[in-house]
Amino acid sequence: MQKTLNIITENVGQIRPDSVDEYIKIGGFEALKKAITMHPLEVIEEIKKSKLQGRGGAAYPTGIKWEQAYYVDKNPKYIICNADEGEPGTFKDKVILDYLPLRLIEGMTIAAYILKSPKGFIYIRGEYPESQRIVSSAIKEAEKMGYLGDDILGTGFSFHIEVLSGAGAYVCGENSALVESSEGKSGRPRIKPPFIKNSGYLGMPTLVNNVETFACVPYIVKEGGEKFAGYGTEFSGGTKLVCLSGNVKNRGVYEVPFGTTLRELIYDIGGGLPEGRKLKFVQLGGSSGPCIPESMLDIKICYKDLKVKGLTLGSGAILVVDDSNCIIDFLKCITEFFYHESCGKCTPCREGNKQLLALVNKFINGSATYNDLETIKKVGQIMKEAAFCGLGETAATAHLSLIKYFEEEFVEHINKKCRANICNFGGDKDGKR
Amino acid sequence: MVNQEIKQKIIEIIEKYKREKEKLVMVLLDVQKLTEFNYIDREWVNIIAEELDIPYTKVYDVLTFYSMFSTKPRGKYIIEICKSAPCHVNKSKEVVAIFEEVLGIKMGETTEDKIFTLQYTSCIGACDISPAVKIGEKVYGNLTKEKIIEIIKEYRGV
Repeated sequence: MQKTLNIITENVGQIRPDSVDEYIKIGGFEALKKAITMHPLEVIEEIKKSKLQGRGGAAYPTGIKWEQAYYVDKNPKYIICNADEGEPGTFKDKVILDYLPLRLIEGMTIAAYILKSPKGFIYIRGEYPESQRIVSSAIKEAEKMGYLGDDILGTGFSFHIEVLSGAGAYVCGENSALVESSEGKSGRPRIKPPFIKNSGYLGMPTLVNNVETFACVPYIVKEGGEKFAGYGTEFSGGTKLVCLSGNVKNRGVYEVPFGTTLRELIYDIGGGLPEGRKLKFVQLGGSSGPCIPESMLDIKICYKDLKVKGLTLGSGAILVVDDSNCIIDFLKCITEFFYHESCGKCTPCREGNKQLLALVNKFINGSATYNDLETIKKVGQIMKEAAFCGLGETAATAHLSLIKYFEEEFVEHINKKCRANICNFGGDKDGKR
Repeated sequence: MVNQEIKQKIIEIIEKYKREKEKLVMVLLDVQKLTEFNYIDREWVNIIAEELDIPYTKVYDVLTFYSMFSTKPRGKYIIEICKSAPCHVNKSKEVVAIFEEVLGIKMGETTEDKIFTLQYTSCIGACDISPAVKIGEKVYGNLTKEKIIEIIKEYRGV
């Protein structure tokens, strides 16, 4: 059986990314042409049937989101594409931005047509300057050919897209922080309500979707929602771009149908681990995601199946970690990341990450006690429950899951033993790091 | 004293973005590229604040919120080593050690000739070729010591 599909990634690398002519040759803009002959609610109905859920990480049903946006009675409505792909280990939106930007533009234009939106933004992280150039060029070309800009396809409907750049802030991936940043401000999350759908960019209704979500829309409109849903499981429609990274042979972005197991993904598609190494754990959904042991790899990639086990797929990052790595040393890397990226707005996140880092360092330098282990659990739980936004809520996910499945290694560190020989408990130059 | 030439260039950037306050981040990104030193001087913040009619403190808030901005002069080429977990498990620490050894500086420092600055970056989406670094806008992956020495030579030759 074929393990990977190409519903969204069809023709990646086969056409010039900003060439409208070449995009049309592979069926580009047929969905837009179809959509403008349909009633907006008919388009939304197809998206609902497709069971498409937001691909940025939160997995909110796209059809419902668009329906809600449709019924908001305030204009103008803005459309923002979240291309802030900041979750470490995620590089799937980059594939669409770099190789198929016109598919994203077509998806956004369909959304704009439904909502009668005059203006959209593609917010691309500052770390992707090349992608920004490619997308900007694709926008210009689409405008020249009448698929974007003024009077699209002679309908009298106008929609303009502008590329905005991030400047290095993970928290801007959160949708209200993204909107703040799009307005040129520091990207600190807003208090909700009011929700972005009612009061987003410049206080107006705003639809925010991930790159991959928009890129799924042309296929759904063209082929029908049911066909798209048919590729997935009963609960999760279609395919998912997953990013395989870490200690695995074939690292990269793969499009797989929902229902694929992690084992199939890592061993059949990813070719397994490098010679002589053993799988220690897998982190799902990036640095904010849970770490699970080898015994759980038969779980299916499906929002519902994962949720039942208390797991999430997040953005689709799958990080394979082998036995040459130390759990605590890995955790230090994760903790430093969140300590750096916390925006400082709320206390649980700002202070929690600081405390977590201090605690993890105690395990590394050999001064940790059993009490510290309990404190990590307690601080992590408080952050999960009390933080202001998703960043703080998920910053301790790796800690809590690693303690759950690998408590033994934490205890070993209390006893000054590191089985991977990475932590140096002497407190000499290397041990302090 | 503010260099008039720089002031003129800053105003041109602001005009390019139609004097929209919402474009502050874009303006700052462009201003940072004005000199070889990859930074934004406090004096320039004043100009931006005045021209866009945004309080100085607000501009400064934005400037210090985002990690891609620097208020201190840096090298011509910024070598950004990815600090994220996928690079970490592919031993990015060794890459850090090699760069520090080859350049004779520590992370966060700039070489005496002001050519290179070494710093960390968050994920650059090059996890399929980790450990990876970004120099300017170029990404280099699957790094080894030999490769790093070659890369540095290439830039020094420029």
